[in-house]
Amino acid sequence: MTILAFAEHRDGKFKKSSFETVRAARTVADALQADLCALVIGSGITALAQELGQYGASRVLVVDDPVLAAHANRAFASAIATVAAQRKADLIFLPASQMGKDLAPRVAVKLNAGLASDCVAVNVENGELIATRPVYAGKALVDVRVTTPVKVYTLRPNVFTATTGGGEAVVEQMSVPVDPADLTTVVKDIKVATGRPDVTEADIIVSGGRGMKGPEHFGMLESLADVLGAAVGASRAVVDAGWRPHDEQVGQTGKTVSPTLYVACGISGAVQHVAGMSSSKYIVAINKDKDAPIFQIADYGIVGDVFEVVPELTTQLKQVLGK
Amino acid sequence: MKVAVCINHVPDTETKIKISADSKSIDRAGVNFMMSPYDEIAVEEGLRIRDKFKGEVIVISLGGEKHKETLRKALAMGVDKAVLLKDEGERDSHGVAVGLAAELRALAPDVILCGKQSIDFDDAQVGTAVAEMLGLPSVGVVVKIDIQDGNVVCQREIEGGHETVETRLPAVFLAQKGLNDPRYPSLKGIMAAKSKPIEEKPAAAAEPRVLTVAMRKPPAKSSGKILGTDKTAVPELVRLLHDEAKVI
Repeated sequence: MTILAFAEHRDGKFKKSSFETVRAARTVADALQADLCALVIGSGITALAQELGQYGASRVLVVDDPVLAAHANRAFASAIATVAAQRKADLIFLPASQMGKDLAPRVAVKLNAGLASDCVAVNVENGELIATRPVYAGKALVDVRVTTPVKVYTLRPNVFTATTGGGEAVVEQMSVPVDPADLTTVVKDIKVATGRPDVTEADIIVSGGRGMKGPEHFGMLESLADVLGAAVGASRAVVDAGWRPHDEQVGQTGKTVSPTLYVACGISGAVQHVAGMSSSKYIVAINKDKDAPIFQIADYGIVGDVFEVVPELTTQLKQVLGK
Repeated sequence: MKVAVCINHVPDTETKIKISADSKSIDRAGVNFMMSPYDEIAVEEGLRIRDKFKGEVIVISLGGEKHKETLRKALAMGVDKAVLLKDEGERDSHGVAVGLAAELRALAPDVILCGKQSIDFDDAQVGTAVAEMLGLPSVGVVVKIDIQDGNVVCQREIEGGHETVETRLPAVFLAQKGLNDPRYPSLKGIMAAKSKPIEEKPAAAAEPRVLTVAMRKPPAKSSGKILGTDKTAVPELVRLLHDEAKVI
């Protein structure tokens, strides 16, 4: 049995979600006594490949081609499917990053495979892989079984642990023909929004709701976020009001997040918001209203004025963290 | 310009989910359904493209009789035609994509729009799978679509930023929040939609490839400690984050 794990990189570095994916695939490979190959696609990326050995890839397949310098979803999906077919891969893992989500459905169609997306657990039971995935934005979980001979899974970022301690990997160049027609949809430019991490990738999120009373008060949350190296999140109400950009929205029509720490400031805890963040490991709630539903899921709560508590928290954390 | 928009009928975002007795699906009793919010954004974009380039917008939904409510809403928003691909079976994203692709192949639209994901199963698969089945380009999580002479320049969301993606029509676009603010149907639109026909035909959907073994609620988080009512509670919070949670 062979498992293929796709690793995404940006600016000459692998993404953390790729390490998590390779490590999770290693665990599954061990349980099934399968071979694990990681797969890297891009231009001038061969030197990077070795690093995946640390996360448990004994072999790294590399499609290193100048025409694949920029992300082109059809060409990348073709390359993954071609390599999977050449290696007779039974299981294929990708990170459920924006790139992974752009590729996995295409790879699955090409290989006549079923796809379980955005998995938060992959366990081998009686020789079979059972994947767990949140549905209804995390209001429920389903255990699923993929029934096709070839099976594709995407793994939610920030859920699996990227432990190192692997060994050396054998790096192998793959020659994969690229159809020029597959290069007609291509990324021309990437703009990074802020220096802060994205909510889906952050270990800590400082999030604000209607209790922040206006866009001008989010500077306070940004300061707290910067002390913690955190992302800034927002509730649907404040995004809909135009106070914060859409890509910060946490909840059912925004991002579903699983950080280590979620600091909810002036957020009441509507059903659709809680669905998107209740899998956070620790939740801190700061809200004036003692009856706010957010306190029902918070590990630590302060029933107080955000405008008083948040700046004090920032000051004290600065001291503790020596910033 | 022929624009097709694929839409789904899903439980309202404010709904609390109850698991049904079979432990494999949700209990639908008392649940309000609505058009999936990302699909609403897709419909709005379809209307704007039609208004700019002339032509028609056709909405397609695959599912049971109830999906007509969502198709009616799209008609009320101003689309020209609604098609129900009738299907009462249990489908996964693959099964739905096969059914939609069959209809879209016959329609041959210039622009196909879908929501980036349906907010029930959150698979985020159907639109991209349809594109692959039809041999078309796709741009996912799109927040800007600029069409000029068949060339399209899009902004798409990625972690911590945006990508500019170029493609050509015909193509599939998966709408993300931020692409537009969907209109509310006008009273006139709602009245007119009541008498507009919904074309019905059997769906050519496929059997599922992903089977649900069990559905359950996530482990409930118990409420924790209230540390105080003002900033004097902050030192205790910092201590707990450091000593107990070990996050700082």
